[in-house]
Amino acid sequence: MALNRDFVGRASAPSAPYEVSRVKIREFATAIGDSNPIYHDREAAQAAGHPDVVAPPTFPIVFSLSGGAILADPELGLNFAMVVHGEQRFEYRRPIHAGDELVSVSTVTDIRSVGRNEFITVRSDVATVEGELVCTTYNTIVERGGAG
Amino acid sequence: MAATVKYDEVEIGQEIPAVDYPVRRINLVMYAGASGDFNPIHWNERFAKTVGLPDVIAHGMFTMAQGGRFVTDWAGDPGAVVDYGVRFSSMVVVPDDDQGTVITVSGVIEEKLEDKRVVVALTAKCDGSRVLSKARAVVQLA
Repeated sequence: MALNRDFVGRASAPSAPYEVSRVKIREFATAIGDSNPIYHDREAAQAAGHPDVVAPPTFPIVFSLSGGAILADPELGLNFAMVVHGEQRFEYRRPIHAGDELVSVSTVTDIRSVGRNEFITVRSDVATVEGELVCTTYNTIVERGGAG
Repeated sequence: MAATVKYDEVEIGQEIPAVDYPVRRINLVMYAGASGDFNPIHWNERFAKTVGLPDVIAHGMFTMAQGGRFVTDWAGDPGAVVDYGVRFSSMVVVPDDDQGTVITVSGVIEEKLEDKRVVVALTAKCDGSRVLSKARAVVQLA
């Protein structure tokens, strides 16, 4: 089923603040097999000039998908069983580190058909609770066969 | 947040040697838990096949994370990565055995920007296919 184009431009409410913790950064770094001490050890991170352990570049995927509520809206018509990830980008203003409290606002920026597949792109603006923009993410998912 | 690689010592076209990243089913289970992405195509072979996939496939974000690891290990500091984007061009199929599969990542300095930043173009392959395309990282060098 084709996705509902009326969703282009729709934005989520700001997410509840996500508290970036040392434990979660360590868990994520371990899961990707990365033993870089800047992810695991506060002293190593501080020696490299960071206030605390830093999150790996792809870490915001953990919390930035507040657009999930939009994607789950039955009116959009997305069949999650047929979804694969198409494209992903992270644009950083500064590294994310333990202690950050981050709020994401997600906006559907594009829905298009490519062959038999439907592509939907969601931008998430990630800012601290104080309002400092730290990262913008662009997430494109593909519904296989959705346009067929 | 200082990269250990110096901008003045890097040239366009310079290659960053390939690194192999093994992937087994347990890595996907760990990644599902850490990321919160529990889509069964990443851990349930029976489900993966019912939706037309050859077998369980890695999370695209797991593959992207290996590319990120490649860049941050080269740069010397994860905070030096200021932009990182990829397209997922092929699946990483992970068989249910002790070997799993291998993602091989290599890079080349594609462009030198202002403010001591460079563009690193990444190549990620698995089973002879490019699993990432348009993979680029912008890195702040020293």
